[in-house]
Amino acid sequence: MYALEVNDLKKTYKNGVVALRGISLKVDEGDFFALLGPNGAGKSTLIGIISSLVRASSGETRVFGTSVQEDRSKAVSFIGLVPQELNFNQFERPLEIVVNQAGYYGIARDVALQRAEKYLKQLQLWDKAHDISRNLSGGMKRRLMIARAMVNEPRLLILDEPTAGVDIEIRRSMWGFVKEINDSGTTVILTTHYLEEAESLCRNIAIIDHGEIIKNTDMKSLLATLDVETFVLDLRESVDHCPRVEGMEIVVRDDKTLEASLPKKKSLNNLFAELENQGIHVLSMRNKSNRLEELFIRLVEKGQQRPELVP
Amino acid sequence: MNSRLMWVGYSTIVRKEITRILRIWGQTIVPPAITMSLYFIIFGELIGRRIGEMGGFTYMQYIVPGLVIMSVITNSYGNMVSSFFGAKFGKHIEELLISPLPNWIILSGYVTGALARGLMVGIVVMCVSLFFTRIEVQHPFIMLSVLLMTAIVFALAGMVNAIFAQKFDDIAIIPTFILAPLTYLGGVFYSIALLPEFWQKVSSFNPILYMVNGFRYGMLGVSDVSLSQSYGVILIAGLILFFTCLHLLNKGTGMRS
Repeated sequence: MYALEVNDLKKTYKNGVVALRGISLKVDEGDFFALLGPNGAGKSTLIGIISSLVRASSGETRVFGTSVQEDRSKAVSFIGLVPQELNFNQFERPLEIVVNQAGYYGIARDVALQRAEKYLKQLQLWDKAHDISRNLSGGMKRRLMIARAMVNEPRLLILDEPTAGVDIEIRRSMWGFVKEINDSGTTVILTTHYLEEAESLCRNIAIIDHGEIIKNTDMKSLLATLDVETFVLDLRESVDHCPRVEGMEIVVRDDKTLEASLPKKKSLNNLFAELENQGIHVLSMRNKSNRLEELFIRLVEKGQQRPELVP
Repeated sequence: MNSRLMWVGYSTIVRKEITRILRIWGQTIVPPAITMSLYFIIFGELIGRRIGEMGGFTYMQYIVPGLVIMSVITNSYGNMVSSFFGAKFGKHIEELLISPLPNWIILSGYVTGALARGLMVGIVVMCVSLFFTRIEVQHPFIMLSVLLMTAIVFALAGMVNAIFAQKFDDIAIIPTFILAPLTYLGGVFYSIALLPEFWQKVSSFNPILYMVNGFRYGMLGVSDVSLSQSYGVILIAGLILFFTCLHLLNKGTGMRS
């Protein structure tokens, strides 16, 4: 059984905007699934339909075999949702927010209190449990929404840009927490604009653009399609000309920095040896951008070259 | 979702609503007590003494039921509209919309919250009235049932307003331009027997008249309309509004796109 099965899902809003143009998708139970796409691609609409906040124009969504359209109550009971925008009452206290959410899922108050304590502690919010939520920092508010989504111990956790605007330290601790949740068997669907986040966490990926899925595969296969990688080389001495290396493209970024793009089949040793022969010494090297980011940009750019889809 | 889980969901909404009412008691409980004290002083004491008797009671005694039911109407409506629209505006209504709770439980939870505020304010206003006059309640069951049913009707009406409201102005228009005039013209301060026949007929189309008089009958034993008419109007209004709310929630009007 799939954790999520989406069949030919279409959504046209009342104002005529076509958000989804027939999306089909399957997410295995226990998967850590990345749902990527540029702004306005249809990710949030898809998540809205899965969580029943948005009504599909046509098509079907099944969560662990239960149709959201036919048995909403049962289907959504499997889901925990961390939305993109803050959507809790800022005048309530974190403990109240998490315990109340448990109540909406029919979880008795004594159990809800225990779970709220557990998740608020795991997300390092327990010392703020009785503060007014409005006074929490941005990162704390994001973590509060994760604690709230976890309180019904969902089988499918959907995270819609959970780390937007969160500093790197908090982001890493949130990744750690979500990774543990996934390791314990919860299926996770993640949308994010931090592509290194998706690359390091997710096993499978779908990229949406213009309301259509333009890529749906496992992360390894996708990354394997990246045939050229670009590296930034920091040099010991200045160069006054652009070195030439056969089969590679090199550009001078500044007098002590080169950018080298080379096909995956070419060895980096060749590059270093050739540069050494030309009297150029490399001090350090790094990827110009994250691998997934390069692929993502290529795929989306390719999509933008297609003729405009008419609603 | 089984009935035990639904009960937990319902009681969570009610608890949350009552906590909210008590947390902002300065906005929810105190203002009606002050406003009604002023009504008792100005209309009951100062002007009422010159008016004399009405329906066999002092004017102060006569207006007590009207003022109590007026507070209940205003506060049950106001609680629902501000709480539900606030949840919509702050997007935390999504906490409920993504939950497995059926819409009728969500509706019942919010209505109970509004009913609780109506009752709290009604009790406070009755207590305030004791500083000005003494009333021997004639039919406690009728008084209580009319009060509860009226609070439910206006909680449901508040829900309809909150569902359609898109900005804060939208939740102020109905109370100011419809609810307040209907309440004042619903026999809170006078018996419609004092009006010319034409205006008596016009008043009979005002549903609040039946609520005020039903409650007055329960409290004082006098009314301008029959008790069955009062119950009938309240019941029909309640049923129409309940199914309207349920229909709107099921459609997701103003909430699910």
